[in-house]
Amino acid sequence: MENEILKIEHIKKSFGDNIILDDLSLSVYQGEVIVIVGPSGCGKSTLLRCINALEGIQEGHIYLEGEEIKKDSKNLPKLREKIGMVFQSYDLFPHLSVMDNILLAPLKVQKRNKSEVIAEARALLERIGLADKENSYPRELSGGQKQRIAIVRALCMHPEILLFDEVTAALDPEMVREVLDVMLSLAKQGRTMLIVTHEMQFAKAVADRVIFLDGGHIIEEAKPCEFFENPKTERAKQFLNMFEFDAVKDSSK
Amino acid sequence: MNWDVIFKYIPLYKKAAWLTLRLGVLGIVFAILVGAICAVIAYYRVPVLKRIVAVYIELSRNTPLLVQLFFIYYGLPKVGVSVDAEVCGVVGLAFLGGSYMAEAFRSGLEAVDKIQTESAYSLGLSRAKTMRYVILPQAVSISVPAFMANIIFLLKETSVFSAISLMDLMFTAKDLIGLYYKTTECLFLLVVFYLIILLPISILGSVLERRLRYAGFGA
Amino acid sequence: MQALGLDVLFKGKNMVRLLGGLWVALKISIISVAISIPLGIILGMLMTSKNKVIRGILRVYLEFIRIMPQMVLLFIVFFETTRVWGWDLKGETASVIVFAMWGTAEMSDLVRGALISIPKHQYESGSALGLTKLQVYLYIIIPQTVRRLIPLSINLITRMIKTTSLILLIGVVEVLKVAQQIIEANRMVSPNSAFGVYLTVFLLYFIACWPISMLAKYLERKWNT
Repeated sequence: MENEILKIEHIKKSFGDNIILDDLSLSVYQGEVIVIVGPSGCGKSTLLRCINALEGIQEGHIYLEGEEIKKDSKNLPKLREKIGMVFQSYDLFPHLSVMDNILLAPLKVQKRNKSEVIAEARALLERIGLADKENSYPRELSGGQKQRIAIVRALCMHPEILLFDEVTAALDPEMVREVLDVMLSLAKQGRTMLIVTHEMQFAKAVADRVIFLDGGHIIEEAKPCEFFENPKTERAKQFLNMFEFDAVKDSSK
Repeated sequence: MNWDVIFKYIPLYKKAAWLTLRLGVLGIVFAILVGAICAVIAYYRVPVLKRIVAVYIELSRNTPLLVQLFFIYYGLPKVGVSVDAEVCGVVGLAFLGGSYMAEAFRSGLEAVDKIQTESAYSLGLSRAKTMRYVILPQAVSISVPAFMANIIFLLKETSVFSAISLMDLMFTAKDLIGLYYKTTECLFLLVVFYLIILLPISILGSVLERRLRYAGFGA
Repeated sequence: MQALGLDVLFKGKNMVRLLGGLWVALKISIISVAISIPLGIILGMLMTSKNKVIRGILRVYLEFIRIMPQMVLLFIVFFETTRVWGWDLKGETASVIVFAMWGTAEMSDLVRGALISIPKHQYESGSALGLTKLQVYLYIIIPQTVRRLIPLSINLITRMIKTTSLILLIGVVEVLKVAQQIIEANRMVSPNSAFGVYLTVFLLYFIACWPISMLAKYLERKWNT
């Protein structure tokens, strides 16, 4: 069996009476790209937030390389170093330049050598085509540029797994592509990734496995071609139909 | 207006202005300390302490400085706590200003988007490091306008120090008016000296505010 | 009780006298606020006018009032009018003049702030719907500014009440002055009364201001969502 990086066992998460995740289990293996889709409010973002303990869980366990992740445990920052997360928007630190955004955690948390991290950051910025932006501030960048830099910032921590929480949802359409391209190249390099997205074409291209979440349960789990071409459950069919439009005007005339 | 009189009085006013400034600055420094501590307690919702802070803030904001000073200066010695007038002025100003500074800091802390904390946490930053490197720098610059307004407010409030017989600007003006009846000259100097103290801070405040607005934190 | 000097409060009419002193302070604040609010609204609207001269003059006047300690303003009005101009202005009247001037300046700044905080697209979308300029103000701008202004104006009342404590220093008999008199009169029998009496004054001010600031906070929270 491949190397299991993340193991989620029977977790339950609720806000008051409102159950968000119910008895959910999932394993993620090294180098795997999993895309999580589902209607809004199905718990997909909450699932990612539980994985690095931004939200606590009521029942069940989450393990990263065999170590349990708990909201109040002492070594939580240590575990979070190994989990890179990129959010929907506004997560760059506005008072720091691009370079300082990237350097903050490697220097202050991992205490790494500064020139070494700078060299690494420059190489990564080069690769995403933003080498000239290292002294810019977040307010001077477009939404797409900010998201790409947020990805670089996460990568510089050398995480074992990357979590993407609807990273293109707040972007203008023409900027979505540049961010997705970065994620595609990461997938090609064999990074382990968990992606929540509404971009179905992208999901089809990038995923090893697609997970369809609804009402806090995993309803369907399949290879992308199977899931998108031939969903087994009625709910998944309904969901995928939302992305299709039937012509209302007769175009043959 | 008699200019000879004015020049004769200037040294007296200078001395008084120095007292106003010295006690004002000391009081403000302590107010900032008290405010920062209270704001952090309120922000992290520390049990028990947050209740005490809430009570203190309400008491301090809903009573006049003059009454606070009377209680400290004339009331407390009766139960065995004697305070020197200068100490009393500083303590009173810190008691009053602490709550105003706390509110300024707290609203700055709360104005920092929650996602900033979360992304710092997910980079592996501890709670303390997140506060120090991510939240605090942003919160402080958001609080600057309120902070400057509070400084001006507190310096203005020092004008009641004369009531506990501290020889500040008000005391000097009142004294001279009582002694020599040069009312217009005394009041003129009073206004000029307060302007010398307060105007630069007020101008600095609006410059800082404009700068920060254009720097455009956030989006 | 005796040690803390609380006993003197229950002697004779002392408590009633203290409350009477508080009433003087409250009366002056209420009158001053009642003058400040309408005047402040007018000046605040004038300050957003396009006429640069009007704006400039108002600005200087209002900034001067706002930057000077209220004590200084009190001294100017009280001593200058009585001593120099020879008017027989009572302390109460001088206080109302000063506090109304100060309150007007503060209020006008609040009104100006509320008016310029309404985003431009609110005016534009109003006009786009075909509303006249008057209708835009009446149905769109004013309701939004009023919601912002009411909590702030209520806060102005508490600030005014706290500021009235200063009138002691120009000789008006208000709550602190009454407290001094009571303490003085009982100096022999109850030497510690300063503690209890000043504590009571402190609490009286708190009782007067706290409910009002709670109301302001409540309204602010209710309307900000």
